[in-house]
Amino acid sequence: MEKETGFVGKAEEFLQMFKKGEEFTKELLKENEKLRYRIAQMEESIQRSADEARIKLYENRIGLLEEDLNSLKKRFRQVEEENKDFASKYIEVEEENNNLANLYVASYQLHSTLDFSEVLRIVLEIIINLIGAEKFAILLIDEKTNELVPVSAEGMAVSEAPKVKIGQGRIGSVAKEGESFFSDDLAGAAELNPLEPIVCIPLKIKEHVIGVISIYKLLTQKEGFTNVDYELFNLLAGHAATAIFSSKLYTQSERKLTTIQSFLDLLKEKPRK
Amino acid sequence: MPNILVVEDSPTMRQLISFAIKRIPNSHVIEATDGVDALKKLSSGKVDLILADINMPVMDGLKLVSLVRGNPAYKGIPVIIVTTEGAEEDRKRALSIGANAYLPKPIQTQELIRLVNTYLAH
Repeated sequence: MEKETGFVGKAEEFLQMFKKGEEFTKELLKENEKLRYRIAQMEESIQRSADEARIKLYENRIGLLEEDLNSLKKRFRQVEEENKDFASKYIEVEEENNNLANLYVASYQLHSTLDFSEVLRIVLEIIINLIGAEKFAILLIDEKTNELVPVSAEGMAVSEAPKVKIGQGRIGSVAKEGESFFSDDLAGAAELNPLEPIVCIPLKIKEHVIGVISIYKLLTQKEGFTNVDYELFNLLAGHAATAIFSSKLYTQSERKLTTIQSFLDLLKEKPRK
Repeated sequence: MPNILVVEDSPTMRQLISFAIKRIPNSHVIEATDGVDALKKLSSGKVDLILADINMPVMDGLKLVSLVRGNPAYKGIPVIIVTTEGAEEDRKRALSIGANAYLPKPIQTQELIRLVNTYLAH
């Protein structure tokens, strides 16, 4: 009986211990769960802070890239402006180049011959083809009569061009003053008035006027004058005058030389008879 | 190397057009003083484009265009008329005869070069 009571007591003691062990295990499990939860929270927090750092980094980079983009856009606009500037300068240079070519050709042709009629033909060609005039005349001063006398014309007969006293009317005034005249109305009158040109250019060797170019009508397609036209008028005023004057002198001297030569030949022949 | 035949009786215009054409890379200018001279030059070598005036002695530019268009050997050559005749009826007449383009004088060099380049590229 005593033995039996001792066995029951031990069993109860063991049961008590087992219950305590069970409780302890349950507590451990709870604690474990709490710790897991804590770890998960910490991991999440670490992840969040890493993302935030990365976002900040990206934001900084975006900021820098935006700055770069703005600076590139600014540079692009500058380059675009420079390009426009270069393009307009290129057009200007091209235009200048073409103008110089026109002036060179005109000057080259004017001084390419010493034949008076050839020089007059070249002056006509320049006025028709480079300036674009349809009706015009070249008048030279006759030193004996002090009159401007037509020597060549285009689009009209030479006889239609007027003989003008120096200082008389528009043409005579241009010859006297040595200053070019440009009418405000380049279309001119419907009827040809030989005394009323739309443009009159003095032919000058330094300040000495030897004649004028009198323009009455421009080609239909010629609406007005450009810078190169004024340059051509200046060139004609000087170079055409020199070319006309020198060719005239040369032709006269050639003629005189031929006369003198013929006279000398005649003298040489006489003693033989 | 494109060969360009410039048909002009005026030496001034011939020189000016040649000056402009020489700015087209590798181009070569052949000069003729009138229509008959142009036909001789056409028969003596390859021509890629013709620039012709209208008012010329011996044979004018319009007659030249009609002869060029009537000749199987030359009919494909583009012809640009360069003239002082600026009226619309003159332009229509030249184009109806067979000219490809019509450029009134005084010529604008850029326009001339543009036209030449356009027809050389055809």
